[in-house]
Amino acid sequence: MSKYKMHLLVCGGTGCHSSESYRLYETLRDQVEKRGLERDVQVILTGCFGFCEKGAILKVMPDNTFYTQVKPSDAEEILDEHIIKGRRVHRLLYTNPETEEHVPDSKQMDFYRKQLRIALRNCGAVDPENIDESIARDAYQALGKALTEYTPAETVDLIKRSGLRGRGGAGFPTGLKWEIAARNGADQKYVVCNADEGDPGAFMDRSILEGDPHSVLEAMAICGYCTGASKGLVYIRAEYPLAIKRLKIAIGQAREYGLLGEHILGTDFSFDVTLRYGAGAFVCGEETALIHSMEGKRGEPSNKPPFPAQSGYLGKPSNVNNVETFANIPVIILKGAEWFSAIGTGRSKGTKVFALAGKINNVGLIEVPMGITLREIIYEIGGGIKNGKKFKAVQTGGPSGGCLTEKHLDTPIDYESLTAAGSMMGSGGMIVLDEDDCMVSVAKFYLGFIVEESCGKCAPCRIGNKRLHEALTRITEGKGEADDIDRLRNLGTVIKDTSLCGLGQTSPNPVLSTLDNFMDEYREHVHDRKCRSGQCRGLLFYVISKDDCIGCMACRRVCPTHAISGEKKGVHVIDQHICIKCGACMEKCQFDAISLRNDYPRATAAAAVQEESSTHS
Amino acid sequence: MNGIKTLADLKRKQEEVMSRMGQRNRGENPESLVQVKVAMATCGIASGAKEVMEYFMDELDRKEIDAVVTQTGCMGYCFAEPTVEITLPGREAIVFGYVDIRKAGEIIERYIGEGELLDGIIPQNYNTI
Amino acid sequence: MIELTIDKKKVRVEAGTTILKAARKAGVEIPSLCRFELCGMGIENRPGGCRVCVVEVEGRRNLAPSCITEAQEGMVVHTRSIRVLNARKTVLELIISDHPSDCLVCAKSGRCELQNLAIQFGVRNKPCEGEQSHYRKDTSPSLIRDVDKCIMCRRCEMMCNDVQTVGALSAVNRGFMSVVAPAFEMNLEDSPCTFCGQCVSVCPTGALTEADHTGDVIRALSDPSKTVAVQTAPAVRAALGEEFGLPPGTSVTGKMASALRELGFDYVFDTDFSADLTIMEEGTELLQRIRKHLDGDPDVRLPILTSCCPGWVNFFEHNYPDMLDVPSTAKSPQQMFGAIAKTCFAEKKGLNRNDLVVVSVMPCLAKKYECRREEFKVDGNPDVDCSISTRELAAFIKQANIDFTNLPDGVFDDPMGESSGASVIFGNTGGVIEAACRTAYELYTGKTLERVEFHALRGMEGIRSATIDFDGLPLHIGIAHGLGNARRLLDEVRAGKSQYHAIEIMACPGGCIGGGGQPYHHGNSEILNRRAAALYAEDERKAIRKSHENPSIIKLYREFLDKPGSHRAHTLLHTKYFPKSSSMSMSRRNGVNSEQK
Repeated sequence: MSKYKMHLLVCGGTGCHSSESYRLYETLRDQVEKRGLERDVQVILTGCFGFCEKGAILKVMPDNTFYTQVKPSDAEEILDEHIIKGRRVHRLLYTNPETEEHVPDSKQMDFYRKQLRIALRNCGAVDPENIDESIARDAYQALGKALTEYTPAETVDLIKRSGLRGRGGAGFPTGLKWEIAARNGADQKYVVCNADEGDPGAFMDRSILEGDPHSVLEAMAICGYCTGASKGLVYIRAEYPLAIKRLKIAIGQAREYGLLGEHILGTDFSFDVTLRYGAGAFVCGEETALIHSMEGKRGEPSNKPPFPAQSGYLGKPSNVNNVETFANIPVIILKGAEWFSAIGTGRSKGTKVFALAGKINNVGLIEVPMGITLREIIYEIGGGIKNGKKFKAVQTGGPSGGCLTEKHLDTPIDYESLTAAGSMMGSGGMIVLDEDDCMVSVAKFYLGFIVEESCGKCAPCRIGNKRLHEALTRITEGKGEADDIDRLRNLGTVIKDTSLCGLGQTSPNPVLSTLDNFMDEYREHVHDRKCRSGQCRGLLFYVISKDDCIGCMACRRVCPTHAISGEKKGVHVIDQHICIKCGACMEKCQFDAISLRNDYPRATAAAAVQEESSTHS
Repeated sequence: MNGIKTLADLKRKQEEVMSRMGQRNRGENPESLVQVKVAMATCGIASGAKEVMEYFMDELDRKEIDAVVTQTGCMGYCFAEPTVEITLPGREAIVFGYVDIRKAGEIIERYIGEGELLDGIIPQNYNTI
Repeated sequence: MIELTIDKKKVRVEAGTTILKAARKAGVEIPSLCRFELCGMGIENRPGGCRVCVVEVEGRRNLAPSCITEAQEGMVVHTRSIRVLNARKTVLELIISDHPSDCLVCAKSGRCELQNLAIQFGVRNKPCEGEQSHYRKDTSPSLIRDVDKCIMCRRCEMMCNDVQTVGALSAVNRGFMSVVAPAFEMNLEDSPCTFCGQCVSVCPTGALTEADHTGDVIRALSDPSKTVAVQTAPAVRAALGEEFGLPPGTSVTGKMASALRELGFDYVFDTDFSADLTIMEEGTELLQRIRKHLDGDPDVRLPILTSCCPGWVNFFEHNYPDMLDVPSTAKSPQQMFGAIAKTCFAEKKGLNRNDLVVVSVMPCLAKKYECRREEFKVDGNPDVDCSISTRELAAFIKQANIDFTNLPDGVFDDPMGESSGASVIFGNTGGVIEAACRTAYELYTGKTLERVEFHALRGMEGIRSATIDFDGLPLHIGIAHGLGNARRLLDEVRAGKSQYHAIEIMACPGGCIGGGGQPYHHGNSEILNRRAAALYAEDERKAIRKSHENPSIIKLYREFLDKPGSHRAHTLLHTKYFPKSSSMSMSRRNGVNSEQK
């Protein structure tokens, strides 16, 4: 059999997909064929490389050359220059923003230097639609090892000793969870993979399923072996068509090889996996709601206990783990519990995948060892704040999480310290905010999401979050009342204290953590009617500068509500009580005399807002 | 596709696949492996560099030496084609000229295998990309 | 047994007991809202949704819902810490913030569990005010959904799905707009709803109430051209007193007759009379089918199913359209009464049927739907013009400032006021079949029944069976109350595996005494037991205890109907059933009414 001399790995993740990576892949294949190189050069579509900011990504192996922002039109040049003549195409290499040097090796890039890819180990390295490629990178070896060398109890013990904890948010020790499920006897048990990733901006589970589906299937089988389950179910949202397609292909190929099905690897162990589709409700990431949804019932949580390990899918003991948790399992078994537990901090072992987004230079998917600081993530991996702006906060944990500020920059990231800082690990969303972001508006955004996604079963979450959102809306519109801040805090505390499931119990975190860290901004909004970042439209005022106005009357004529007064050649004034903030005056003014300001004299501003709210009510 | 019925089957399958795509995975950490760069510009190809490269790949695999075999552009020694740059872990790169298959066998045997210096080294005064 | 501490008191309870029940044992009553339980009937709702019952458990991060959290050994619980009180009150304020404040004009005012909590918690203002959720009001002949008042306790959903297996109501929408509604938020009338009214009987607020027809009654009473006759169902007399503060189980038959007369009804009759008539027709049909069966007739369908319960009739029309020939064709007592009143009685009195208004007082909401069915009308004039519930009658009596508890005992008018003890027990589960057995036994064997009580047929278990010896013929009887239980027996029949000759089915748990139109029991199943006992006691007090011995019934057959099962009896007292499919429901929505006639 001939060997490929060159491998062109085109990122097939959803991010690069939207940067036309599929067309790039096709063009490369065509060009390779045209040059008769198909026996020497292999072009494949892989999973996500993580550096989504710079998509589409093309990696050339074994030259270890990492091309960024590659367009389909670059294919010809890459083949002619790099593949045929052996000269790298410099303009497509990553440029270090500080030294301005071209960096061909991804390991030398700041974005990758501090990363440690365990869960993402195969993303970007294999063709997820070809099981052979995964097998070349040890897929199903861990299953084989567990089945032939360890008893189920020994395997569970290994996972326990590794210190792996659930990556879906709450961080429950995985080995312990398996042990409980193993302990409960039943004629049928289930292994459920929670692929209902719902945090806004988080896409690590999707990337793993798209880039390395076999690692999840293998881990589910291992879990089935440990807990005594013969059936696996992947609960995946229907909005992830690519992940679904690749999972289906992977399941089909694994069955064909006999790696799923009856008597796996000649043992007595049988295990198979099927898919269940969700409709994308955030709350269905909660395991009891997820199980209800799989059963065809309304996707809403129920009280725990009973835990799914006692009574889960169809009333049978079920072990539910998240995608990223599963993706860690095979490596732990192959490399050992001690190898894994050597990574990370005291009670948080291994790595965590984060979706880095917001006002940061290097947006993308990163996997870092536990214990790394926020500063390292933001300033080294993330390449700092966009446009040289000032860092304000980072939101972690999605709608259940909170905001961390400058003072938390050197906190090591692990389950305990994030919770102590008023946020949480969550599933790994990480959104960076800069000085232009209004923290009240950020809290309002997340509450808006929660109000949309609450299932409506329990009163505090159903009604309480709505009331929180209403109060935040009032405040950002400049109609906040003096006791709104106290009300937010009490309501937030009660919702946390009384809600039925994890969604409600964490839903006020964005409010409570911004209240803790950015009380000044809340006070300014409520008492001074001012939004320092200028994000809240209701707190901005069009003002005509005395010095620049020449009294041409253009603004006065264009104002639809006749809010502007002033004589010809005299200075014009906007009556804030009448102004509807349409912006027509500012557009019309030829002399840049009109500006939108958030520092309008306080008394006037307060009066104006008061006026407006009274006419509205 | 044949079924994989035992763990031994799985290991065999892995080896089979690795032999086809092994070069890809080795490229991740070239520093720890033997790196072979074959100059594959027009002059090199004309002098038989393609065959030499294939020979390197097959022979290194056969001898179970973990190596990364890549092609590179013209090194500027067109008179001495085919030219091959060899980097052993922790050592400076060395360029050999006039590498035909016989010479390649010798390089593998003696330089890569034993670390002996051979004739045919071209003084290096360039940097490859 | 485990021991725990609740509010500094040590209490020992069985493992598996909830904190709420353990607290009750310790003398601490924790307020709750969504939780609902009908003890002894396996009816329980505790979704843990309202969060009003939260308590503080030492060592637990958040507050625990006491209605679903099981007590653990050594647990230390605080039910009245400031943290708990604040949380409960805030949650209650939140619920109130999404609830209309029209208590003054709400049908549930005074009986509303949310209102009671607001009083208990001393809610005086609305700190959580904000947008309220609004939904379309859904009016059906039997019940009204005003789900602006829904607090998502899910009791109705539990009743409709788990107990009744009707499946008309379930939670729809998400978040703030979540509400319990029929699928696609269609009208109840277009849904598989049977109008059993069990959702109404458990609703803590005014979200689900009966359609109030008292206005129609008052209009008829005030119209001098109309003669108004009223009939009262057996179960009404066992529960009406509760509305006037009398202890549950007080039989108020005489006071009720007096009150109705005070209200101005021209004739105060009794549905018990037509219950006896039902036994004559249904019992005869039963015997006919059994005789044919014994003769080897292959076409005869057994078991025969009772058909007095309109909720049950709706249920099998929806769910068993393939088995419409199984139930007895006898009309319900309400409709038999109407049919006789508007023919025989009207003739006697020389009244045009249009000038005679027949009002029924029923423990039931499905009766409101039943009296509107097209097959029970003659030239558009219904046999029974209007049906009101026990609760509506109580409200009417109060409105008319009648001092109910001090009324003298009155009697029913002739000729449709006389009844046997057999008809009184119609209101209890098992009562209809017991009454039928009393008559069928004597008709079949020709012997006199010495002991008329069939204790084997009584009780509160959801499904019961008994074999009655008909002088050598073992008659297998099945009884189900609650439509979920009925479904189990019906599925057996459909599968050809039923061992019964006759099955009595009542839609409501307990039978009519637990009907959707009865005074609210608020989950106290002892109230149902007392009502049942009151009916059995009234039966015992009666001189005549077998339907076929009722002199008025004998006279009716002699003068008017000939004999049970006669042509005239068939025309007036029997009916047929219609399949209700969803497509038909849709066509009805569009105003097409072809199937019904």
